[in-house]
Amino acid sequence: MTEEGPKRPVPQANALTEPFWEATKEERLTVQRCTACDRLFWYPREFCPLPHCFSSDYEWVDVSGKGRLHTFTIIAQAADPWFQERVPYIFGVIQLDEGLRMMGNVDIPVEEAACDIPVEVYFEKIDDDWTLPQWRPIAS
Amino acid sequence: MSLRGAASIIGIGELKPERRKPGRTGPGLAQEAARLCIEDSGLLKEQVDGLITEIPFLNTCEFAETLGIQPTWAHGVNMMGSSGPTSVAIAAMAVNAGLANNVLCLVTSGEVGGFGGGGGGAIGGQFPQFAGPFGPGPGANFWYALVANRYKHEFGLTDEERVAIAVQQRENAQANPDAAFYGTPATTDDVLNSRMVANPLTLLECVMPTLGAAALMVSRPEAVESSPHDPVFILGVGHSMDRGVPGITYVDRMTKSPVELSARAAYKMAGVGPQDMDMASLYDCYTITVIIEFEDAGFAPKGEGGTYFANEDVTYKSDGIAVNTHGGQLSFGQPGTAGGMSHATEAVRQLMGRGEARQKETVDYCFVNG
Ligand SMILES: [Zn+2]
Repeated sequence: MTEEGPKRPVPQANALTEPFWEATKEERLTVQRCTACDRLFWYPREFCPLPHCFSSDYEWVDVSGKGRLHTFTIIAQAADPWFQERVPYIFGVIQLDEGLRMMGNVDIPVEEAACDIPVEVYFEKIDDDWTLPQWRPIAS
Repeated sequence: MSLRGAASIIGIGELKPERRKPGRTGPGLAQEAARLCIEDSGLLKEQVDGLITEIPFLNTCEFAETLGIQPTWAHGVNMMGSSGPTSVAIAAMAVNAGLANNVLCLVTSGEVGGFGGGGGGAIGGQFPQFAGPFGPGPGANFWYALVANRYKHEFGLTDEERVAIAVQQRENAQANPDAAFYGTPATTDDVLNSRMVANPLTLLECVMPTLGAAALMVSRPEAVESSPHDPVFILGVGHSMDRGVPGITYVDRMTKSPVELSARAAYKMAGVGPQDMDMASLYDCYTITVIIEFEDAGFAPKGEGGTYFANEDVTYKSDGIAVNTHGGQLSFGQPGTAGGMSHATEAVRQLMGRGEARQKETVDYCFVNG
């Protein structure tokens, strides 16, 4: 396959995060749940970062994929050539209903971006290897 | 245990931040800042028995060797923008413990400017996976843009109010020939109309990476007697690392900083409070950063830092508190970690009465945050 122009950046995954990226291919959003203290955490770590726990026992569990756009920026200057061809676009921080925060793009006209609007996850397949969790607004 | 009065600061060495320094090498710039600092302290290099550095291209041992000194106590520091002020705090501990008499604290930019590859907060590989694929843009722009928009949402701060500190710092820089933006004044409209980088932040709300190096000499309190300068003492230090810093995305409340805790610790040790400060030298990678630190250090209620800067004079001419009299990194330039150190060097300069055209009239106490 040949493509013109810059190449889209893909995640630099590792052994720890492989289950997360495998799940996105099945359109599931997963996070770690510490099996010692029964709490969720994000971003991925080998050891539970939550107060009064230091366990390394965890499992990956599905989360709702619903939340609010906690905050956002409209990128006008990208570092990556692929993204520079697509400015302006929204880079957001989503606060999931489960309380965790994730980063991603929000598919909405830039002038409609606002803190705390309700959003849900959708999955953007880049190629056979990579599917990204992305976000779009929903009615509140 | 306290460090109140346990150490003095007797000398400054700092290079003018510039985009390029033709013909110069990274080690050469570090050595120049070291020599300036040692000479300014009235010391011989043989009297420097302590060394603490962050030089992206040389470890502390290598730097001692290139400088031709043989410290009996040495340390590396690795705290991103706060490395400079942190090195001063660690040096005070070493002096207080009797481990060294004269500690050279020196931090520099990378060899091609800026942080030299460090910084940016690639937390354990999470950033390249969970931010990078979504196009965050260069450096930390997006992080502070995220904070700025959240701050707008929570407190209703206007863009004009947010950029006021950049305008005031630019005015300070017009009295500092060593500032990168000396000779280039800027108005509110100039800042607002500069190129958009990451909404809401415009170009003039973001630091410009430069080459540079900065150093301070931290010595025993008695050293002030033979020092060529007015005495400067370290009265209190505090550190705090919030969960999620430097990720910012993950902190409990984005509009609050760990300065709330570190400032409280420093004031407690020093036995003074924000009402006693004549000057605040606050890390300013972006406009929004200064606003939040100013509040969390106790100079304005939460949510009112930006309006304070929009309505009150905080330049070196102020009768009240002055902020970043050297221009801040926004107008002085950001030579990597030496940018953070500039907040400490400027505080020392003002306390010694060496501020020249930008000397504030009364400066007895300074608050420094890296
Ligand atoms: Zn746990």
